[in-house]
Amino acid sequence: MTRLQWAAVAAGLALLAAMPWFADKFAVQFASKVLIFALFASSLNLLVGQAGLVSLGHAGFFGVAGYVLALASPEYDAAPLWSTLAMAVGVAALLALAIGALVVRTRGVYFLMATLAFGQMLFHLFHDGDFAGGSDGLQIFARPAGTLFGVALFDLEQYRHFHWVVLAACALVLVFLARLRASPFGRVLDGIRVNEHRMRALGFATVRYKLVAFVLAGALAGLAGYLSACQFGVVNPESLGWHQSGAVLLMVILGGMGSLTGPALGAAVWWGMELFFQGFTRHWQLPMGAVIVAVALFLPDGLAGLWRRVRPPRAVAAEASVREGAA
Amino acid sequence: MSAAVLAADNLARRFGGLAAVDGVSLAVAMGEVHAVIGPNGAGKSTLVNLLSGDLAPSGGCIVLDGRDVSRLGPARRSHLGLGRSYQKTNVFLPFTVFENCRLAAQSRLATSMRFLRPASSFAQVNEAAGRALEATGLEPRRHAVVATLSHGEQRHVEIAMALATRPRVLLLDEPLAGMGAEESAGIVALLRRLRPDHAIVLVEHDMDAVFALADTLTVMANGRVIASGPPATVREHPEVRRAYLGDESHA
Ligand SMILES: Nc1ncnc2c1ncn2[C@@H]1O[C@H](COP(=O)(O)OP(=O)(O)O)[C@@H](O)[C@H]1O
Ligand SMILES: [Mg+2]
Repeated sequence: MTRLQWAAVAAGLALLAAMPWFADKFAVQFASKVLIFALFASSLNLLVGQAGLVSLGHAGFFGVAGYVLALASPEYDAAPLWSTLAMAVGVAALLALAIGALVVRTRGVYFLMATLAFGQMLFHLFHDGDFAGGSDGLQIFARPAGTLFGVALFDLEQYRHFHWVVLAACALVLVFLARLRASPFGRVLDGIRVNEHRMRALGFATVRYKLVAFVLAGALAGLAGYLSACQFGVVNPESLGWHQSGAVLLMVILGGMGSLTGPALGAAVWWGMELFFQGFTRHWQLPMGAVIVAVALFLPDGLAGLWRRVRPPRAVAAEASVREGAA
Repeated sequence: MSAAVLAADNLARRFGGLAAVDGVSLAVAMGEVHAVIGPNGAGKSTLVNLLSGDLAPSGGCIVLDGRDVSRLGPARRSHLGLGRSYQKTNVFLPFTVFENCRLAAQSRLATSMRFLRPASSFAQVNEAAGRALEATGLEPRRHAVVATLSHGEQRHVEIAMALATRPRVLLLDEPLAGMGAEESAGIVALLRRLRPDHAIVLVEHDMDAVFALADTLTVMANGRVIASGPPATVREHPEVRRAYLGDESHA
């Protein structure tokens, strides 16, 4: 990213952090939701945008982590934050390891089908099973409670505190993903996306790298799912079904796969559009679909690609030579 | 003659009913260039794919440094010292020339499961990539995106990437195809410099290059070896003259 882009991201984060002081409760909660989905979409982008693995089952990890919190919560009391968070993310990661071990050996449309199938299996497991509320799902009556370094810095029941915690999680994950993109691991994923065959000939055990990416993406989706369950206080089979997987994939494509901030942008535009069009019509999905089709047709690099279009090509070439890296 | 670094014994590969490689044996020693020639469809690329692990053999075995590697995949063989280039350019088109070589050199790190440190900060990797660029004369093009290069330049990237993994055994599948006379001469000179500490299998159509470099020459037709030995002897082989060299004498 250029310095200007970093500045834009920093300004955006500052604005989001200041929001609880100038915006009303509804707006803050809306922003928290967008941030959670920005996190979710960014985790998927690790697979789609970087490794070139288009998954249609990513909501499975998001939803399962929420269920872990719901199942671990006492009936009317707050669950301990850190242990349930670790458990939720851990279960999501383990599930991703088990599913990933099978699916990362497939490519293209077969990968898509395999992840879709696993997503459906999870959906039916939670929908038809009676261990987690069946089709109604479960409720979480109190948000988890925890301290940071022994100090009660925040109370998640307060929407402002919750917003700051979500923002911090989102910012940390984005910084991590930015580092990851420039790391040897990130470069291997880029190489796999562009030409996996040559990567193998160069000595890279590509399956292993794809599996680690799959687990990492699953764990981060679990973090998003945990936060989402905190915010809404409910988990249900829909949260891990293929509609949800499709929606988050559309957010990634809308914002721009392969770009660091694209998926976050996509999440913001997605929920913004829903809010906007719902104000006019009950059939808000129609105009929203039209916008998505228009982006797919005219902006193959998503909304983040707009940025590259408006900048003069000379600047882009100079940037490429500075990075010497993946395009 | 010194012991073979890489040896194939009775190697075979079938595609349905077609025996693309049919009972081929060959060996290459350190410091040696073993050239393989033959008409199109003779099975030369299939042979290279078998040696590199891109294809699994239907029969026979491949021994690298005394170890049977027939069942190992290409990534494992690469780490045992095998490097290859492709006849059909097989590179990372959206990446810069340097990044293509850097990624190749990065494969020599103990692991690429490094998540935080910038890939560009590994000095050894950058040096290995830089040496590969220098060897192939690509240094002035290091910042260019490979997709924007000429065909001949892309052929150089193909070779530079193989070198950047620092192999002991080089499998080159028609490295000169699509290069001009001057470029070819440059690569021939490079292969001469590489010869002392490499074992090189060279598949090539350019007869001048083959006779300038080869210590051993194997001629293939229809998946089989029809002659093999010192170039001067093989050249006089009647079947070779008929099947491949034809009447256009290179004497
Ligand atoms: N993947 C494949 N599937 C089917 N047939 C193949 C395949 N690869 C090569 N062949 C066939 O095997 C024979 C040898 O091909 P190849 O090794 O590419 O020859 P050469 O490199 O000597 O020109 C040809 O008849 C070719 O059509
Ligand atoms: Mg060939």
